[in-house]
Amino acid sequence: MARIDLNHIRHAYVPNPKSDKDYALKEVHHSWEDGGAYALLGPSGCGKTTLLNIISGLIHPSHGQLLFDGQDVTNLSTQERNIAQVFQFPVIYDTMTVYDNLAFPLRNRGVPEAEIDRKVRETLEMIDLGSWAKKKARGLTADQKQKISLGRGLVRSDVNAILFDEPLTVIDPHMKWVLRSQLKQLHQRFGYTMVYVTHDQTEALTFAQKVVVMYDGEIVQIGTPEELFERPKHTFVGYFIGSPGMNVMPVQLSGGMAQVGRHQIQLPSPSMPAVSGKVELGIRPEYVRLGRLGMPVKIAKVEDIGRLKIVRTRLEDQEIAVIVGEGQEIPTDPHIAFDPKGINIYADSWRVGGL
Amino acid sequence: MEKTWNNKAWFMVLPVLLLVAFSAVIPLMTVVNYSVQDTFGNNQFFWAGTEWFEEILHSERFHSALGRNLVFSFIILAIEVPLGIVIALNMPRKGWGVPVCLVLMALPLLIPWNVVGTIWQVFGRVDIGLLGHTLEQLGINYNYVQNPMHAWFTVIIMDVWHWTSLVVLLCYAGLVSIPDAFYQAAKIDGASRWAVFRYIQLPKMNRVLLIAVLLRFMDSFMIYTEPFVVTGGGPGNSTTFLSIDLVKIAIGQFDLGPAAAMSIIYFLIILLLSWVFYTVMTNYDAER
Repeated sequence: MARIDLNHIRHAYVPNPKSDKDYALKEVHHSWEDGGAYALLGPSGCGKTTLLNIISGLIHPSHGQLLFDGQDVTNLSTQERNIAQVFQFPVIYDTMTVYDNLAFPLRNRGVPEAEIDRKVRETLEMIDLGSWAKKKARGLTADQKQKISLGRGLVRSDVNAILFDEPLTVIDPHMKWVLRSQLKQLHQRFGYTMVYVTHDQTEALTFAQKVVVMYDGEIVQIGTPEELFERPKHTFVGYFIGSPGMNVMPVQLSGGMAQVGRHQIQLPSPSMPAVSGKVELGIRPEYVRLGRLGMPVKIAKVEDIGRLKIVRTRLEDQEIAVIVGEGQEIPTDPHIAFDPKGINIYADSWRVGGL
Repeated sequence: MEKTWNNKAWFMVLPVLLLVAFSAVIPLMTVVNYSVQDTFGNNQFFWAGTEWFEEILHSERFHSALGRNLVFSFIILAIEVPLGIVIALNMPRKGWGVPVCLVLMALPLLIPWNVVGTIWQVFGRVDIGLLGHTLEQLGINYNYVQNPMHAWFTVIIMDVWHWTSLVVLLCYAGLVSIPDAFYQAAKIDGASRWAVFRYIQLPKMNRVLLIAVLLRFMDSFMIYTEPFVVTGGGPGNSTTFLSIDLVKIAIGQFDLGPAAAMSIIYFLIILLLSWVFYTVMTNYDAER
C-alpha cells in the first residue's frame, strides 16, 4: 500500500495542447492517503478514467509528476508500479479456467506455486466462485466474469493501490450491493488504498470515506459524503449529488439579505464577503419548508417516491423542488421558506458563503 | 387463424432446387455416370462397375500425385499461417498506415491466377527474370525448368506470395476486434508479450484462423492454374499435383472413366480432410 501524490498533473489527448479546452484533465493536484478508500465521482467524459489510467500508468500524463510514497513513478511502466485495476467491462482470459485466471497475475510475477494456491483459494472464497475453480471461464455469466476481473485485482496482496473503473456497471442490482459491501469489508480488513470511479452517487457515497467530485477535467470538491451534501463547493456538486439536486437560483445580495425576484431572504451570517460575477443561492430540497408561511408559490407537480414526496413548485419564474414527508398535507395556499442552515451562496458557480 | 395444410409450399423451394440441380447435382451425377462405365467413340458405353475406382486406388501415379499434393499443402500451411499471423500482429492499428497496408495486402489476391503464374514464370527465368537472374548472379545455379527442387521452391514461394495476404487479412480482422481493455488488463496483470499473444490474441483469432486454414487447405489441395502455367507439372512429374494429373487423364488422354473415378475420389479426400481439420480445431476450441 502506498500514499499516492498527484503533482500538478495535466493531460491532453491531442499532441500539442494550446488552450485549456485541449486538456481532458486540467491540473490535478491532490494526494490519496495510504489506506484510504476514495470514490471518484463525476459525469461521463469528465476525466475520471483518464486520471485513473494515469495512476496505473496506462497513460503517461502530458505534464506533472506522480509519486508513490514520495518516489517519482511518472516514467515507470504499469507493471513496475504494481497497481491492480478493474475495468468497466469484464476482462477474462477465456481459454483459462477460473482458477488460472486468478493465478495469472501472480504467475506472471513469479510467485511460488504454493503461495499462488493459497491466495487464489482465498480470493475464490471472497468472490464466491469456489465451486467454479476448475471450470473454463468462457461459459460464465457477465456477473461471474466481472467477479473474476475483481478477483484478479484482489489476488495480489502487495499492490500499491487497487483502482476500480466503474466495476459494477454490468452487475445486476442485487449483486452490486453485495459486492460493494464486500469491497468495503476488504478495505477495512486489509487497508488497501482504493480508488473507485463511478458516476453513480449512491455507489460513491456508500463506498468511500472521501468522495472526489470531478467536473470538466477538474476536481471540484473533495470531502466526506456529508460535506458534499451540506456544503457543495461548486453548483455542479449541488446538482450532481442528491436526488433531486440542489435548487440554485440567481440572487442579489444586499446587507444580510438575498433578493430572489420580489422576495427578501434572510442569510444565515450577516457579514457576507464582497462578491462579484454571477451570484446564486443554492439550497437543497431537504431544507425548503412547505407550509403557510414564507414566499407564495404555485405547485407544478407532485412526485411520490415512496416514503417521501418531491413537490415541484414555482416561485415566480424560478422552479424550486421541495421534499416533504409522505404524510404531510400540501396546503391549498402554499408558501415556502428556506431553512438558514441549508443556504449556500455561489459566485460564478463557486461557493463563497453560507453557514 | 386456420392453418392450411398442403404441399404447395414445395413450389417455393423449386427455383432453388432447380438451381442446385443444374449447378451441382446434374454435373456431379454425370461424373458418377462416367466413373462406372467405359466409353468408346460413337457414344458407346459399357458397364465397368468399380473397376476404375480400383485402378485409381491402386495406381502408383495417383499415389505419387496425392503424396506431392499433401506435402505441398502441408508446406504452404506451415509457412503461410505463422507468417500471416506475424504480419497481422505487426500491422498498424491506426493512422495512414492502415489503408496502405490493407491495399498492399489485398493486391496479390486481386490478380487472376494465370497472371500470377505468368508473373512468376517470367520472374524466375534466368535470362530476363529478376529472381532467376539475381540468383544466378549470386552463383546459384537456379533453373526451375530442369531442377525439381527449384521447381518446388518456385511454386511454393509463388503460393506464399499469392495467398499469405488472405491469412493476414483474416487474422487482422480478428485482432482489431479485441477491445483495448484486454491489453490494458494484461499490462496490469504483468503479462509478457508472449502471454498476451497466447492468452488474448490467439484465442480471439481462433475462429478466423480456422477459416483461413480450411480455405488455404482446400485451395492448395486443388491448385492447378499457377503451377500449370509456371512448370506445366514438370520437370518430369515433380510438380504434377492431383488436379494437373486429372486434367492430363481427362483431356490429354481422354480417359473419361478413370478421370471421373479420380474426380470422385479427389472430392471425397478434400471433404474428409476438411472435416478432420474442422473437427479437430473446433473440438480443441470446445475443450479449452
